[in-house]
Amino acid sequence: MADLLRTGLYDLHLRLGAKMVPFAGYEMPVQYPMGVLKEHLHTRAAAGLFDVGHMGQVILRPKGSYEAAALALEALVPVDVLGVKPGRQRYGMFTNPQGGILDDLMFANRTDHIFVVVNAGCKDADVAHMRAHLSAACAVEYITDRALLALQGPAAETALARLVPGVAAMRFMDVGVFGWQGVELWVSRSGYTGEDGFEISLPDAVAVTFAEALLAMPEVAPVGLGARDSLRLEAGLCLYGHDIDTATSPVEANLGWAIQKARRAGGARAGGFPGAERILCELAEGPARRRVGLAPEGRAPMREGVEIYAAPEGGAPIGVISSGGFGPSVNAPVAMAYLPAGLPEGTLVYGDVRGKRLPARIAPLPFQPTTFKR
Amino acid sequence: MKYTEEHEWLRIEGDLVVVGITEHAAEALGDVVFVELPEPGTQVAKGDEVCVIESVKAASDILAPLDGEIVEVNAALADTPGMVNDDPLGAAWFFKMKLADLKALDGFMDEAAYKELIG
Repeated sequence: MADLLRTGLYDLHLRLGAKMVPFAGYEMPVQYPMGVLKEHLHTRAAAGLFDVGHMGQVILRPKGSYEAAALALEALVPVDVLGVKPGRQRYGMFTNPQGGILDDLMFANRTDHIFVVVNAGCKDADVAHMRAHLSAACAVEYITDRALLALQGPAAETALARLVPGVAAMRFMDVGVFGWQGVELWVSRSGYTGEDGFEISLPDAVAVTFAEALLAMPEVAPVGLGARDSLRLEAGLCLYGHDIDTATSPVEANLGWAIQKARRAGGARAGGFPGAERILCELAEGPARRRVGLAPEGRAPMREGVEIYAAPEGGAPIGVISSGGFGPSVNAPVAMAYLPAGLPEGTLVYGDVRGKRLPARIAPLPFQPTTFKR
Repeated sequence: MKYTEEHEWLRIEGDLVVVGITEHAAEALGDVVFVELPEPGTQVAKGDEVCVIESVKAASDILAPLDGEIVEVNAALADTPGMVNDDPLGAAWFFKMKLADLKALDGFMDEAAYKELIG
């Protein structure tokens, strides 16, 4: 696997017996000896530790005021950046002039700067995009010497608080800086599994020691990308490049909740982001298609690319599955699909699996109830 | 026991051949979550897709190793597909076939040759 990058935890993954695969230009653990199914269930029952160090960490450091930097970022995202209070994080997406999604991201108000986390596969383009558009208002500092870990699951708080007692007081989407063995941990109470949990940015130099300290706890097991995918799918969360891309708008993707009032028509700072015309129009009038949950009626998984039909025979496809597989916690196949907007939950449709049209019903998302500590 | 290059094992049981997948195949597939079995009585030709196995990662097929008739399938696999990972060489057999001529099995690998194949 030449030419692939490695995170600082690469050797630890090998010691833990991980199966490594190429992912977004990195050699990453897809699973450990426990296997995808048990890693998934362990995360929902106790705590899973994920290496997400392939993701991009960026600091937007204001050249003038914080407000000017926040307003500059608002020109790239259909999200209320200015309204995020110090110590709080928010979900957003970079949009393009056509109203499509360039990437989705998390950003936090860290009082004197904005901390941004973006997807591994898009990070170089995201950094270039931010440098091109934000440089008047802030320095775009791409961080390359820090690891990123996620600790997810009902026991995540208990486990992490043994090392960093202060995290127990955090609520969902809080961010904070904590000391550990003389270094700074940048912690957010968030994740990508639908479970309570944390993401921890820490210097590469201590990442292995910190990860090993967590893995030594009975609640904590290492979890790979395989289970990360099934966990986020059950939680109804989008995966960039699959459920969202440059051709899908946030409204089509059912991410309208991430567009706050201030940026909508009639809001204090309505529009003013790439693709505003289409996105505001779709918010007002509804999009033609929308991302929905899809629950296959049988046991056969319906995966990405499966075409959806309105009837068991004949007709043209009415949509396509963007993500699908087996949901270990719901113990059934689960999927997300783009279908004509307005079809009610419970609508029976048919997925073409190996030439057979199998029934599935439009289902509410998430498939698995979330357990965030609000 | 005989082995195919598609990582199936073939075991003679009276005048029938029992077919399953090897431990190596089960491990490579990962956790199996769905198995689709053929109808007993189906006539199959060598290379036909006879079963579908879906794991948490991907879908794959079991091909008919030879011409013959499917006479029995392991219905328990439909309810408990995880058996394929737990006991691939025993409880998780997939189907039993009747061959025109059991001698056709002679052309398949024995255990030593299969072990060499998977390294």
